[in-house]
Order: sequence, then structure tokens, then C-alpha cells
Amino acid sequence: MKKPIITIKNLHKHFGELEVLKGINMEVRPAEIVVVIGSSGSGKSTLLRTINQLEEINEGEIWFDGEMVNKKQSYSKREKYLNKLRQHIGMVFQHFNLFPHLTALENITMAPKLLKKLSEKEALRIAERNLEKVGMLDWKDYYPSRLSGGQKQRIAIARALSMEPKVMLFDEATSALDPELVDEVNRVMKKLATENMTMIIVTHEMNFAKDVADRIVFMDEGVVVEEGTPEEIFSNPKNERTRTFLFNYLNRGAL
Amino acid sequence: MSLDFSIVPSFLDMLFEGAMWTFFLTVLSIIFSLIFGTFFAIMQLSRYRLFKFFTRFFVWIFMGTPLLLQVYLIYFGLVQIGLNLNAFTAGVIALSLHFSVYNSDIIRSGIFAVDKGHFEASRSLGLSHSQTMRKVVVPQALHMVMPALGNMMIALLKESSLISIIGVMELTLSAQRAISETFHPFEFYVTAAAIYYIFNLMLEWAIKNVEARSAKYR
Amino acid sequence: MDFELILRVFPFLFKAALVTVHVSVLSICLGLVIGSISAAANFSRYSFVRWPARFYVSFFRGTPALIQLFILYFGGPQIGINLEPMAAGVIGLGINIGAYMSESIRGAIIAVDKGQIEAGRSLGLGKLQVQRKIIIPQAARLMIRPIGVNSIGLIKGSVIVSTISVIELTFTAHRFISSTYKPFELFIAASALYLVIVSIVSFIVDRLDEHFALEV
Repeated sequence: MKKPIITIKNLHKHFGELEVLKGINMEVRPAEIVVVIGSSGSGKSTLLRTINQLEEINEGEIWFDGEMVNKKQSYSKREKYLNKLRQHIGMVFQHFNLFPHLTALENITMAPKLLKKLSEKEALRIAERNLEKVGMLDWKDYYPSRLSGGQKQRIAIARALSMEPKVMLFDEATSALDPELVDEVNRVMKKLATENMTMIIVTHEMNFAKDVADRIVFMDEGVVVEEGTPEEIFSNPKNERTRTFLFNYLNRGAL
Repeated sequence: MSLDFSIVPSFLDMLFEGAMWTFFLTVLSIIFSLIFGTFFAIMQLSRYRLFKFFTRFFVWIFMGTPLLLQVYLIYFGLVQIGLNLNAFTAGVIALSLHFSVYNSDIIRSGIFAVDKGHFEASRSLGLSHSQTMRKVVVPQALHMVMPALGNMMIALLKESSLISIIGVMELTLSAQRAISETFHPFEFYVTAAAIYYIFNLMLEWAIKNVEARSAKYR
Repeated sequence: MDFELILRVFPFLFKAALVTVHVSVLSICLGLVIGSISAAANFSRYSFVRWPARFYVSFFRGTPALIQLFILYFGGPQIGINLEPMAAGVIGLGINIGAYMSESIRGAIIAVDKGQIEAGRSLGLGKLQVQRKIIIPQAARLMIRPIGVNSIGLIKGSVIVSTISVIELTFTAHRFISSTYKPFELFIAASALYLVIVSIVSFIVDRLDEHFALEV
């Protein structure tokens, strides 16, 4: 078994008085697809955001590719370090966050050209390859305002991919989409899964989770309650809270 | 010539008297500008095209020209039609009219922002158009635009300094009187600025209070 | 209504209007520079940079422009500042409007969606790069209208320089009122000129706003 690319040890995070993450331990191996599920307020999005340090942590350790992410550093060193770290971790946001003043193509090529100093041609090559992968090559010169939600999210995925990250984080990537647009994004994510990308996906879509995950992590109120394969979690949950959550979810869907 | 703030205290009563006149000038003008502002707002929404047109034209002119020019018009101009006003009255009228047109635009946008549903509910209960406006729409509109109206009041306080030019002995002119006796403009103008600033803070405090008080009824 | 008078004074008023425009343009430019610096300072990590900026904005927005001008022109010599009326007018107006523009610029920067900043940072962009490539392009578009409003306010506010004997439009109108005792006619003539100037600026601001608008 390969060494984990991400290791989280005893992670604690507070927002003011409220403790949102209460001692998380987790490992993610290369090419593994981990899906984190749980109700709102369970802390799953916050957990995801601590991995690329969009949120700072209060206690515990996060290790990425052999290096401790939250090590003590001077302010300026830390800024430089974080910028480099984030080039290796791609993130897709619930609300897409495409840059409205740039075309789809420019959204994708901006970071590679600026940070990796790629030439126009090289950046274009990578961008077009990723646009093709997400099925949006024809829309490369469109501004985000002209695109539907599903199209925007696919561009956002291509944008994150073009930095050639080692890990992709998906923060409720389909939660803000109209139902009929969810499929096109899920399809892209499935394709990535088959290409051995390491992915951590936070989602409400249980069917998608069952379909794509190597491992499911169920979180509730800031702790990891249960982990296992999709079969283990969905067919045979061991923990009471897991069972309650899945029961409520299924009943919601049944109506 | 150098700075000497020690001469200021002996003229403080002169400045405070001027400050009182600034206070009266401001408060009266604020009140009238709100009344006229509401009136002009409703006029602009009138179904009679003539009212609407003339009000909009009046608003356009008073918004596009400087207050001081309007002050000259009212102070000197009304004499032409036989109205000889004292400077204070002219000042109040000018300030009120100038700011009433800004207020009318603000109130108008507030009226548009009130949910159509409230208007429809009121009409369907049997209230007339003007009753609906008076009892349902305008009160809500006023509440919504209170911050913007508050900003206008603060602006009015500052613009009141221009009324010194036609000889009203408010704060600015009082400072000039002190200066004419002592030849120390810097100290007195800075002191006047400080008094205006304090007035400003008091006005902001009062506005916040009113906003908070009426928020209880939401 | 003495139309003949209006026609007679018009050339003088027109020349004076050019002075108004001249003063306004210079003050607006100065205001933009000062306002940008102040807005940037407002976001500084260091409180010794932020506090002076906050004080500047608070004082110059909280006191009458007329008093500020008087402090500069009449009080200036006491602290070694000796300015010609025109210079004092431009600088006084510029410093005053800079405080308002600082708030307009600051508001535009804050209005940029936080998610964009996160997206930029998640790609590995540093703080300065995010500012340059993501925040500023969008804030620049958002601030067109507020700055336009500030500028129109300044054109009208430029009358205060007439009190320190800069021969601009209102000063000239007032002189003619005093000599002809026909305030209405003068008001009409002077207003017309102001309205033209303000309308032109409004038009330009509207076109700029439209041209650079981003449908979000």
C-alpha cells in the first residue's frame, strides 16, 4: 500500500467560541477517491479548506506529500510557502468563483502563465487539453456570465486541473446547481477518477458518492463518526448516528 | 505670524453663538427638506403628467446647480418679485429646497423598493391609491431610506457654512468675526472645524438612534 | 425677463465656466491620487498606516469644505504655506474630494466577491497577484459610478473657490447680479452652463460605466 499523500492528525479548529473540528484523524492515499458526507454544520467543508490552508487550524497536524503544512514560520516565509503548496492542491468551489472579467480560457491560463511562467503556447496547450477533458473547448472565448452553472463549474474544474495538482478538492461542487445540470459535472468528476487523480469530495449526492468513492468518511458535529467502503457504509452502517443520517437522507429522497 | 491657540478661549462665546445659529439653520432646513422632499417624491409619481414633468424639471435644475448659486437666486432674486427676505430665511429656504430635491430622489427610490405585494394587498382591502401611499407605502419607504436621508442631513450641516456668505452670523461667519479682531485665521478656522465635527458626530448619533428606534417596529 | 442681458453676459460667463472646468478637472485628478493612496492605506496590515488614513477620511468628510479651504488659504501662511488662490482652490478641493473618493474606492474593493479571492489563492496566487489580477480589474469597474458622483459633486462644490477670489462661474454671476440687479436672468444663464457641464460629465460616466460593465 502506498504511503499517504495527505495525513491529518488530531485536527482541531474553532471559529471564536464554537469548536467546528474536534480532533480529526484521516489519511488519503495517492489516486484514492475519498468522499466526505455529513449534515450541514458537521464541519466537512471546513475540513476540506484546512487542507489547502484557506482556513488555519488551532491544534493538530496536517501533512502533505511528506511536509507538515501548518509548521511555524515567519509571516513572509509562510505566504511564499502557502502559495507554492496551493499550486499542488486544486480546489473546486460550490459557487464556482470564476473571474468574471476574464474569458473561460483566460481564467484557465492566468495562473499557469503567472506562477509557472509558462509561455502563451504551453499554457494554451494545457488549457485546451483540459477544456477538451471537461467538454468545454467550444466555449473557451466565452465570458462566465454567458455560461450556465454546470458549464461554469466545468470551466472551474479545468482551471484547477491546469495547474497540474497532485490532489483535487471538491467543496460541494454540485450543491449550487439546478438538478438537470448536476450530471454534466458528475460525469467530469468520474472521468477524473478513472485517470488516477487523488480526489477528496465533499458532497450531499449519496448516489454519486456510492458510485465514485473508494472510501466514504461520515462526519457529524466535528468528528469522524465512521469510515469505510461504500458497501460498508451504505449497506451496513455500524454506528447509530450513521444509520440515523442515512435513514433521514433516504426518507427525504423518497418523498 | 505664528500659531497661538491661547487666544481662542476668549472668543468661544462668540463661536458658540454662531454655532447656535448653525444649529437652528440646520435643524429647520432638515425638517423642511424632508417635508418638501416627500412632497416632490409623490409629485413625481403623480398620474398627472404636468405635475410629474414640472417637478422633474425643478429637481433636475436644483440638483445640477451649486447651492451657492441657488442661495444668490433666493436672496437677491426674490426681491425682483417683491419678496424681501432676511438672510437667515433665505438661507433656510435655499438649503431646504436644495436638499429636498436630493431627498425626493432618495424617497422615490425607497417607494419603488417597497414590495408591490404590500401595495396590492392594501388596494384589495379597499384603500384608495393615495391612502395606500400614505399609510402603507411611504412609511415603509422612509424607513428603508433612512441611512441615505441621514447622509443628506449631514451634508446639509456642512453646506450650511455657505450661508455665511450672505451674512448670516452662523459659525463660519462668527469665526471670521473673531479673525477680523485677532488676525489669527488658522486657530479659529481649525476650532470652527472641530465644532462642526462635533456637531457632525452628534447628528450621526441622533440618526443612528432614530434608525434603531424605528427598527423595533419591523 | 431681460433676454438681451443674458446674451450680453454669456461670453463672460462662458469664459468663467472654463475656469470652473479647469479647477474641477485638476481637483478631480488630485482627489483620485489622494483617494487611491488613502484607500490602499486603509487596507494596510499596520495600524500606524491605517489610522492616519481613517482620520483623514473622517476629518475631511466631517467638516465643511469651505472651512478646509479657509484653513489652507487664510491659515496657511501661519504655518508657512503661501498659496495663490487658484492653487489653494485646487489643492483644497482635491484634498477634500480625495476623502470621498477614498471611500468610493474602498467600497468598490470590498464589493469584489470574496470567493474570487479564495479561488485565486487556491490556485497559488500570492496576495499581490490576487490584488493585481483579480481585485483591481473588478474594483475599477465598480468604482466608475461612485467616482462619477463624487466628481459631479466637486464641480458644484467648486463654487467655494469664489470666496477666495478665484474668478469662476458663480463669482462672475454674482458680480453681474450686483451690478445689474437682475438675479433671475443671471441665475438662468449660470445654471444653464452648470447644467451643461454636469450633463456632459454624467453622460461620460454613463458611457464609461456601460462600456466596462461586467454582467455578473
